[in-house]
Amino acid sequence: MSTGTGTPGIVFGSRRSSGLARTVLPPVLLGVAAILLWQGFVTVLEVEPFILPGPFLIGEQFTANLQNVIAGSIVTGRNALIGLVLGAIVGVLLAILSALVRIFDEMAAPIVASVAVVPIVALAPVLYTMFGANAETARQLVAALAVFVPVYFNTLKGLRMVRPVHRDLMRSYAASNWQATKTVTLPTAVPYVFTGLRIASSLAVISALIAEYFGGPVGGLGKSITSAASSSNYGLAWAYVLGSIILGLLFYSAALGLEKLVSRRAPTV
Amino acid sequence: MTTAATPVQHAVAVTDVSRVFAGRKGASVTALDAVSLTVAPGEFVSLIGPSGCGKSTLMRLIADLDTPTSGSIEVFGKSAKQARIDQDYGIVFQQAGLLPWRTVAGNIELPLELHGADKAARRERAAELIELVGLTDFTAHYPDQLSGGMQQRVAIARSLAESPSLLLMDEPFGALDEMTRERMQNELVRICAETGAAVVFVTHSIPEAVFLSNRVVVMSPRPGRIRDVLGVNLGRMSDRGENLREDEEFFHSVSRVRELLHGSTPTGARGVENR
Repeated sequence: MSTGTGTPGIVFGSRRSSGLARTVLPPVLLGVAAILLWQGFVTVLEVEPFILPGPFLIGEQFTANLQNVIAGSIVTGRNALIGLVLGAIVGVLLAILSALVRIFDEMAAPIVASVAVVPIVALAPVLYTMFGANAETARQLVAALAVFVPVYFNTLKGLRMVRPVHRDLMRSYAASNWQATKTVTLPTAVPYVFTGLRIASSLAVISALIAEYFGGPVGGLGKSITSAASSSNYGLAWAYVLGSIILGLLFYSAALGLEKLVSRRAPTV
Repeated sequence: MTTAATPVQHAVAVTDVSRVFAGRKGASVTALDAVSLTVAPGEFVSLIGPSGCGKSTLMRLIADLDTPTSGSIEVFGKSAKQARIDQDYGIVFQQAGLLPWRTVAGNIELPLELHGADKAARRERAAELIELVGLTDFTAHYPDQLSGGMQQRVAIARSLAESPSLLLMDEPFGALDEMTRERMQNELVRICAETGAAVVFVTHSIPEAVFLSNRVVVMSPRPGRIRDVLGVNLGRMSDRGENLREDEEFFHSVSRVRELLHGSTPTGARGVENR
């Protein structure tokens, strides 16, 4: 066949590397320019650090307190990760249940929708009194709740994305319900689950961090930001903010990488 | 027609079948109205007609993907449902419907896997079929790396996995360009000659129906009925090739099908399109 002479897996080697430079370089340049502009603004106008510290001061504080920032990131990151895993498991399982049992779906839909609009972090003070102010449980639960919502909705959507032609095919094979679920429904849903996880990953970090503002043990990034700010150490407070940005990016990139990996063979259309 | 004089049983026997779809607010659509049709073992029968004539519905009924409102369908003397459970037919849709997360080999092995064939047997059968459809170099490729025509060839290979005696094909080449389409038709003729399976082939292309078939069933819409059945005398499957498209008998059959499709009385000269 004339269509079959060339291998479809074309190698983009050189083009990809120059494309990478073209996609990475502009934002890096913009970032550097913004930092210089910011520093220039602070220096020239002699802005007080409690209003806005310069990026060089923040960087200085960041490197000087790197150990503390990392320690804080580990505490907050651990809460976020536990919440992410917990929320994802519950979200996926409940979505499967909703996809299988119509009545459950009808019962759950309004509840999940209302969970989605509740500012979940607002539950933190209540949860602290429930689980004790010395435990991290409340923060992990807040993160889990925040994660649950996007994972549930995306998984449920994915489970309903089975193409009619695949459904017909499974029927023509006289495949059992479980066989059809295993070979078609679940693989179709997987990319959607990971899209949900990507959205949830940054929510997990944000929720775990903000929950620290409402009480609980010290040590996390959120608590460190508030305590540094209240002791007028603004450079340090911003250094912790930088740490939390990096933590959030780490979570997001990891989830994005996973999503890319699993949706490489995602069904199109 | 070209098969043995005394067929033991029909490959497909459709008797007085109607299918009425319940519409909104009591309105109903009659997709098929009292249709009867038989297909002999090894026979290639095309269903042709304008959109809405129920040709796809009829094929889905034979495949037991849908159930008739009235009438009966037998496949190799069994109910359509039993034939589906026994895997007596292979099916190809207009969309290839391959699983994008499986390779070419993985897709062809799918039916064998679902029916519990062991790994070695699956491998061997898939390799055989991949060779039959000429995709040997693409065994480990994923569907999105293949052209539309190649994907459809994988779908055909998959439908042949269980060596069915009946193939149901619903506009399998409908989404392909004309050149690929003719090449696929040539291949299908060869595959049919090699496997000896009966085929029910849904199409809306007149030359395609004539080129492939022993008989062409012309259908009319609203309600879906069989208007006429036309025998095509173009010889045995194994003798059909590219030059058949230039054959006098081929053109003759094409214009007869066209006349049947466009109305009962042929008005213009033979072969002239009257639209």
